[in-house]
Amino acid sequence: MQNDMIGPRGPKPRSIFRLSNLVVYGTITILALYYLAPLYVMVVTSLKSMSEVRIGNVFALPVNLTFDPWFKAWSSACTGLKCEGLMGGFLNSVIITVPSVIVSIAIASVNGYALANWPYRGANIFFTILIFGAFVPYQLMLYPIVIILRELGVFGDLAGLVIVHSIFGMPILTLIFRNYFSSLPAELFKAARIDGAGFWGIFFKVMLPMSLPILVVAIILQVTGIWNDFLFGIVYTRPESYPMTVQLNNIVNSTYGEKEYNVNMAATIITGLVPLTIYFISGKLFVRGIAAGAVKG
Amino acid sequence: MSASKRPNFLFQNLASKIASIPMILTAVVIFVGCTLWTVAYSFTGSRLLPRWRWVGLDQYERLWETDRWMISINNLILYGILMMLFSLALGFLLAALLDQKIRGENVFRTIFLYPYALSFVVTGLTWQWLLNPDFGVQKLVRDLGWSRFEFAPLTNNDWAIYGVLLAGLWQGSGLVMVLMLAGLRGIDQDVWKAARVDGISTWKTYIFIVLPMMRPIFVTAVVLVATGIIKIFDLIVAQTDGGPGLSTEVPAKYVYDMMFSSQNLGQGFAASTTMLLVVLVIIIPWSFYEFGGRRDAK
Repeated sequence: MQNDMIGPRGPKPRSIFRLSNLVVYGTITILALYYLAPLYVMVVTSLKSMSEVRIGNVFALPVNLTFDPWFKAWSSACTGLKCEGLMGGFLNSVIITVPSVIVSIAIASVNGYALANWPYRGANIFFTILIFGAFVPYQLMLYPIVIILRELGVFGDLAGLVIVHSIFGMPILTLIFRNYFSSLPAELFKAARIDGAGFWGIFFKVMLPMSLPILVVAIILQVTGIWNDFLFGIVYTRPESYPMTVQLNNIVNSTYGEKEYNVNMAATIITGLVPLTIYFISGKLFVRGIAAGAVKG
Repeated sequence: MSASKRPNFLFQNLASKIASIPMILTAVVIFVGCTLWTVAYSFTGSRLLPRWRWVGLDQYERLWETDRWMISINNLILYGILMMLFSLALGFLLAALLDQKIRGENVFRTIFLYPYALSFVVTGLTWQWLLNPDFGVQKLVRDLGWSRFEFAPLTNNDWAIYGVLLAGLWQGSGLVMVLMLAGLRGIDQDVWKAARVDGISTWKTYIFIVLPMMRPIFVTAVVLVATGIIKIFDLIVAQTDGGPGLSTEVPAKYVYDMMFSSQNLGQGFAASTTMLLVVLVIIIPWSFYEFGGRRDAK
């Protein structure tokens, strides 16, 4: 008994070399290859010259390492007649993502707080509509929103796209903020009420300082979601303000001139780099964001 | 809600109501209003601009007589069934494997989930390259000696949709895995002990005991995967652009093309309304299942 207190806990570890373990590790490794192969092939292709791409196979390591495809993808790859690379699209995406993330989270956090702490009659009806709205195919709302944005005079502008991202991010964000604020101890809210704080006072002085974890989850969700958006980017912007995903698609699927697969793959990696970085840095929080969105209650 | 009944004044919780204006506008104007607007205008003969000229069900009749729409629907059904089956199976398999107290669990989980962080455009372009007949997997295997080996789904009308499926599964199965893993971890360890005492083998325990216990998780996964399937658009645009021929066309792309490049708004509205009907067929039973028993679940 005493040994259990000081020694390692839990059941005795099984030997790795048991048959069932071989099956488990064998299967999981093979499956892992399916998930890893595309990334590997992308990276390898992007580091080869075109002549090497043509003679070798997609899995071969580059013989003569070259970074030229990356530079070309960034600054001089062509979409049709223009040859300006992805740089402009990257800047557009940053300009779109930053305000969209801030505005959508600001609106949704206040929504969630109002729903959780200051319920009014009918609040839950609107919230239910909001949640069901998340399941309606975007195609139904695409065109009327074009009209609304045009009436507001912001169609094709950054402001228009920020509005669109705030609208479509609202269901999931409101849900996670509402659930988070509901889970905080009610005494906190009551105590602040007794001290005479009002709606905004409690939000800024009590609730917001306690919401760092959920804010991070919301930021992860929104940055990856908005960065990866393609549909809104193509419908609600003008060609000169296309986000990176749209420009990437235009570069790679351009029918103009000879296909440069190495440049295309470099461009693809560059576009995926921002969400990938966020994914690898955030780790468990990314998973939490997905779970928060998926498991409703 | 814990709030007890209070007198209902218009000005009660006024700040809260004002703060909720964006949410109320979004719910009422966008999610309800815009949806109804599109449904209403699907009964008009709008072309370049929306015009209130009633044509009854003409747009729908034309829609169902259009080859491209019929092919789109067939493609979506085929893709949808396979995507649903495979992503649930693969997601559950991955989760079950990760649940075996293996070494490097975090590494494997990271590997299975990273594609989910990538956009459909990146996914589509990557798989377009991997499946390229002249440079991709086909060439690799041919160079190894099997010179007649054929694996170029994206250039073959009958197989192209399976090429898209490979990409869709690669991107989306990690999400199902995360859900399933959360479900597996939520199962009481006593269930496992009892099964072991009774001498039931591991895989039988999974299929006959654990799987039925995870029904709520499966329902969530089915709804999430299904709504993703219906929305499929960017992946197709990037990977195949609907081709070769019409072999990978999907409804969402039909809607987009009708509205924004063919100047045939009425068709686009009718097609998107049809998509809504499909979603309702999934969502309504689900919402009864999820919220039917409890009042005020939200």
